[in-house]
Amino acid sequence: MKGKKNKILIQNGITYAMVILFWVVIQILSAAGHVSSLMKGLLVPLCIYAILAVSLNLTVGILGELSLGHAGFMCVGAFTGAFFTRCMEVSIPSVGVRFFLALAAGSAVAGVFGILIGIPVLRLKGDYLAIVTLAFGEIIKNLINVMFIGRDSRGFHFSIKDSLSLGLEEGGEVIVKGAQGITGTPRAATFTIGVLLLLLTLIIVLNLINSRTGRAIMAIRDNRIAAESIGINITKYKLMAFSISAALAGMAGVLYAHSLATLAATSANFGYNKSIMILVFVVLGGLGNIRGSVIAAIVLTALPELLRGLNDYRMLIYAIVLIVMMLFNSSPKAIEIRTVFMEKIRRKKSESAAKEA
Amino acid sequence: MSFLSYLISGISLGSIYAIIALGYTMVYGIARMLNFAHGDIIMVGGFAIFTVVSTLGMAPLLGIITAAAVCTLLGVTIEFVAYRPLRGASSLAVLITAIGVSYLLQNLALLIFGSNARQFTSVVTMPGLKLAGGRLSISGETIVTILVCIVIMMSLTAFINKTRIGQAMLAVSEDRGAAALMGINVNRTIAITFAIGSALAAIAGALLCSTYPSLTPYTGSMPGIKAFVAAVFGGIGSIPGALLGGIILGVVENLSKAYISSQLSDAIVFSLLIVILLVRPTGILGKKINEKV
Repeated sequence: MKGKKNKILIQNGITYAMVILFWVVIQILSAAGHVSSLMKGLLVPLCIYAILAVSLNLTVGILGELSLGHAGFMCVGAFTGAFFTRCMEVSIPSVGVRFFLALAAGSAVAGVFGILIGIPVLRLKGDYLAIVTLAFGEIIKNLINVMFIGRDSRGFHFSIKDSLSLGLEEGGEVIVKGAQGITGTPRAATFTIGVLLLLLTLIIVLNLINSRTGRAIMAIRDNRIAAESIGINITKYKLMAFSISAALAGMAGVLYAHSLATLAATSANFGYNKSIMILVFVVLGGLGNIRGSVIAAIVLTALPELLRGLNDYRMLIYAIVLIVMMLFNSSPKAIEIRTVFMEKIRRKKSESAAKEA
Repeated sequence: MSFLSYLISGISLGSIYAIIALGYTMVYGIARMLNFAHGDIIMVGGFAIFTVVSTLGMAPLLGIITAAAVCTLLGVTIEFVAYRPLRGASSLAVLITAIGVSYLLQNLALLIFGSNARQFTSVVTMPGLKLAGGRLSISGETIVTILVCIVIMMSLTAFINKTRIGQAMLAVSEDRGAAALMGINVNRTIAITFAIGSALAAIAGALLCSTYPSLTPYTGSMPGIKAFVAAVFGGIGSIPGALLGGIILGVVENLSKAYISSQLSDAIVFSLLIVILLVRPTGILGKKINEKV
């Protein structure tokens, strides 16, 4: 038991060390002036996608439920965070403090959404759950696109028609402008903050997995009926995993909102394609493998950008790589060939060892 | 009167969804996989017709036949190259591969045809109808779409219930292992299902682009998702369910566009899906699956 604990500790340590090393390398490179502006623009998105992948892995890999609505939670977090930052401009002048509080607010609201959506949705299974989470993501995106919120001396005004029907007084301002979204958020997100948040995400998720709660969640994944029969409260643990995952996605959303000057809910930002992209990171990194998610998110986000020289061909190459990797990883035949091959190597090794002896 | 015309165009849109949903539902029923690339096959069909009719200047009918042939070939090839090796793998792996295929088709189309929207000339030559003294006008596309949908539904039901291949499909969807023991070639049956689904996608592409005449590499993805929702709505795996789901979806979408808000129509459609699934977790006409311990 103690040996196992040590092993987990070492494994987690490697994951943390990897992220810290990545940060150190980038810091050294940028101090030496080797980081191109393209790469610099990519650093914060790398952290955002890594956080999203890790948090989605909690739902898909650890809880074992396929969710295609992760971008929806990110969207909730992003808009809550940006709205908070814009509203508190006068009362909290410090950008850093505001950003920190916005992170907390965004995660909290996304987490609450996770619970609200999770209660009805988690009753469904498999592909049905996938399509309903996809639907929720699209609904959230659509609702934000028609939402107008303004503020004047009388308080907040809300409308789903246009900014005129808010009926603002003179001097009032429109904060959320429907399809135009929120403008004027301070660009406070830096690579260091991103890495710190990624570390926070990792600490939360890795500790959750190795706790009593985490084992209960994995028991539900492996056999729901058996887990229920030994007294695990299925709904509670499912909701817990789902809402933590949502809250972390919301945090990534706040980070995203603060890396842009204008935040609008488009299908490129928060559509189902984004959710699918995050799912691809999780699956290629390995289901339930948190370190794999981080690596896959970083490599697969950087890859299309680094292939920019190939222009139109880069997404084509990405698609082919995706298909080939899935075939190589998951096809029963490929797995068989791989095991036979590994067996051969092992036999050769033991033979040569026997000869030497 | 305007309500009636919205209703009829809703049924027409729903018929397109229903034809696409058939492809989803048949493939899901037999291969137990979500074919995310199905929507992009619609787009390929659209571009095939566009090339034959608008670029080469041939007859629309020839365009539809070419598109159906291209899509059938494409569907079978995709099944053979990408999905068949993954038979027996986890459903998530198949899903991601299907997403990869979808990206591949979109980006191939992007490379060949560019990202600018192409103006699609309607393949329907039938004139529109004017009823009730000109107050209610129905376009030729609407009539043809609804008729085509009815014909497809009837012939497909007959095909599945009366022919040996159709019976084999039913058997495979019921129990793949037992079907194989009865001497049914499972791989061939699945390939035929993909062929039929893809040919239907080509027809759906022709109808979709005739009604909404703008063609881009991403034309197929949103109708594809909607049709998938329709298939789930009606009970995935069920053919009458696909028809019912498609029509309900089309009508609800069109009416909410007309009377509530065009921006919120998607949200309304998706909310309806959620409500239905919460009341009937396997869709309106879906079979209830009992869990065995």
